[in-house]
Amino acid sequence: MQRRVSTLLLAVGTLFLAAISLFVGVIDLHPGEIWQGGEAFTLMLDSRLPRTLAAVIAGAALAVCGMIMQMLVRNRFVEPMTAGTGQGAALGILIVAVVFPSASILTKMSIATATALASSIGFLMIVRRLPAAQPLLVPLVAMIYGGIIGAGVAFFAYQWDMLQFIDTWLTGDFSGVMRGRYELLWIAAGMTLLTYLIADQFAIAGLGREASINLGLNYDQVLILGLLAISVVAALTVITVGAIPFVGLIVPNIVSRQFGDNLRATLPLTALCGASLVLASDIVGRVIRAPYEIPVGTVLGVIGAFVFLWLLYARPSHAR
Amino acid sequence: MITVENLSYTVANTCILKDISVTLPKGGITALIGPNGAGKSSLFSHIARLLPLQTGRISVEGLEVSPSNRQALSRKLAILPQEVHFATRLTVKELVQFGRYPHCQGRLRSEDHAMVTAALEAFGLMSLADRFLDTLSGGQRHKAHVAMTYAQDTDYLLLDEPLNNLDIAASRALMALLRRLADEEGKTIVIVLHDINFAAQYADHLVVLKDGCIEREGKPAEMVTGALLADVFGTDAQVAVVDDTPFVMP
Ligand SMILES: Nc1ncnc2c1ncn2[C@@H]1O[C@H](COP(=O)(O)OP(=O)(O)OP(=O)(O)O)[C@@H](O)[C@H]1O
Ligand SMILES: [Mg+2]
Repeated sequence: MQRRVSTLLLAVGTLFLAAISLFVGVIDLHPGEIWQGGEAFTLMLDSRLPRTLAAVIAGAALAVCGMIMQMLVRNRFVEPMTAGTGQGAALGILIVAVVFPSASILTKMSIATATALASSIGFLMIVRRLPAAQPLLVPLVAMIYGGIIGAGVAFFAYQWDMLQFIDTWLTGDFSGVMRGRYELLWIAAGMTLLTYLIADQFAIAGLGREASINLGLNYDQVLILGLLAISVVAALTVITVGAIPFVGLIVPNIVSRQFGDNLRATLPLTALCGASLVLASDIVGRVIRAPYEIPVGTVLGVIGAFVFLWLLYARPSHAR
Repeated sequence: MITVENLSYTVANTCILKDISVTLPKGGITALIGPNGAGKSSLFSHIARLLPLQTGRISVEGLEVSPSNRQALSRKLAILPQEVHFATRLTVKELVQFGRYPHCQGRLRSEDHAMVTAALEAFGLMSLADRFLDTLSGGQRHKAHVAMTYAQDTDYLLLDEPLNNLDIAASRALMALLRRLADEEGKTIVIVLHDINFAAQYADHLVVLKDGCIEREGKPAEMVTGALLADVFGTDAQVAVVDDTPFVMP
């Protein structure tokens, strides 16, 4: 019951933020002008609407993927963007840019997904060897692991004289989003919807291997499907807008704390929360020192760091 | 009937189970007993398909215990491991509902809801149904885990030391419930127990393990003697007989 009301409220909130996002920017827009066609209409269709949709999709997809990753890893302090998946995707994009510069966008996407998947599997294998009694080791290892891959990306980018691109991949920014440049994100949206179909299986996987086996689940298959979804979303986000940190970390934690981990009931909430958070951060980044913009990745980095600290200290007993 | 044939289990050159062959009868309560480190949980984990078979075969009513039978097995055999550690935040009711997953794949029908309610009632969890597990006491949480296993409504129930964390009333209630499941619903219950008195009182069949071997098996009344305690457990406790049931003096 409480979940239904909250879902509704969050949906309204997301719509409200989306409306603001449509009308905030360097060029002033008033709702009346759009329908008269002309420049205002073009601006809306080519820039503001794509930007808003991109923020909604990326936010929702990353929050859901963070939740799934936390279930699979059985630790509340990880998220794809900092645990190697995002960096893995960036590595793939770099490889494509250097080795097959004329490759199609689909090739680029596939290779980035593959490298993201490989690096997520690597992370999961490391985490499985960590002692269960020390949950805080996991985020530390995640940060180091993500950092090493990120450093690898930077190193090769330097070698190949591609350093200027690194920033666009590793710092999420919606200012470049335009019609024709963000549509890949719809695949991420589709992927996120697909994960909802097996929400129960992710929730059971979160109970651990033994409970999964008891309930007849193909545990390894669920792990692979989950990691694949996470990798696709991470790769597409990095390709289109760049890495957006912390959404996948703080949203699932807040949702879990308020509403529990029955994913079938909480994934819609997670998606809406993620969308609002990213929308709000993007709006803040646009207004705080207008007419200049602060990238959404930077805004979220600041907000996320504080919320993360708060989560660490406020709830150690739910670490695992 | 659970048939174990020539099961051996070796970890790091230590032989933990040594060529075990045993048949656990269908119906009734079979208790696995033995000293710490005897290999009870290891045997349990193999039957529960938590550990891959190194050598040997296990079947449950002719159904081979192997990954390819995972869904069929989950409707035939429910397990509760010795240590359950759930990190996720679920309410008691949500957890018990997951016990129905093998039957309904998450889409609960009216009979599934009825079974969930029955499980909550059987374990006295109705008033805690909407509480999150992490806000419960260890014993209450444990009951919720057993209730989930119960809701799975399988012919076979495997429980590894389910009396841990339970007070005397809850222990007796759980054993009485298992007894009723065996007698009235014809379920087969395999249970690892440490308290020999509980085993003697409630089980129909005892299987004694020591050093990775089946030491002996049989009826509790014949098995629980001073000799058993001396040979297997290495302690010289006295055994009294009360109402035809052997009773180990603490
Ligand atoms: N993964 C492992 N690595 C090494 N040794 C193991 C492993 N698992 C079990 N053992 C050893 O195997 C033996 C049997 O363990 P098991 O858990 O089956 O005992 P148990 O009879 O259930 O004991 P308890 O009554 O204490 O629960 C023990 O000596 C244990 O140390
Ligand atoms: Mg044991």
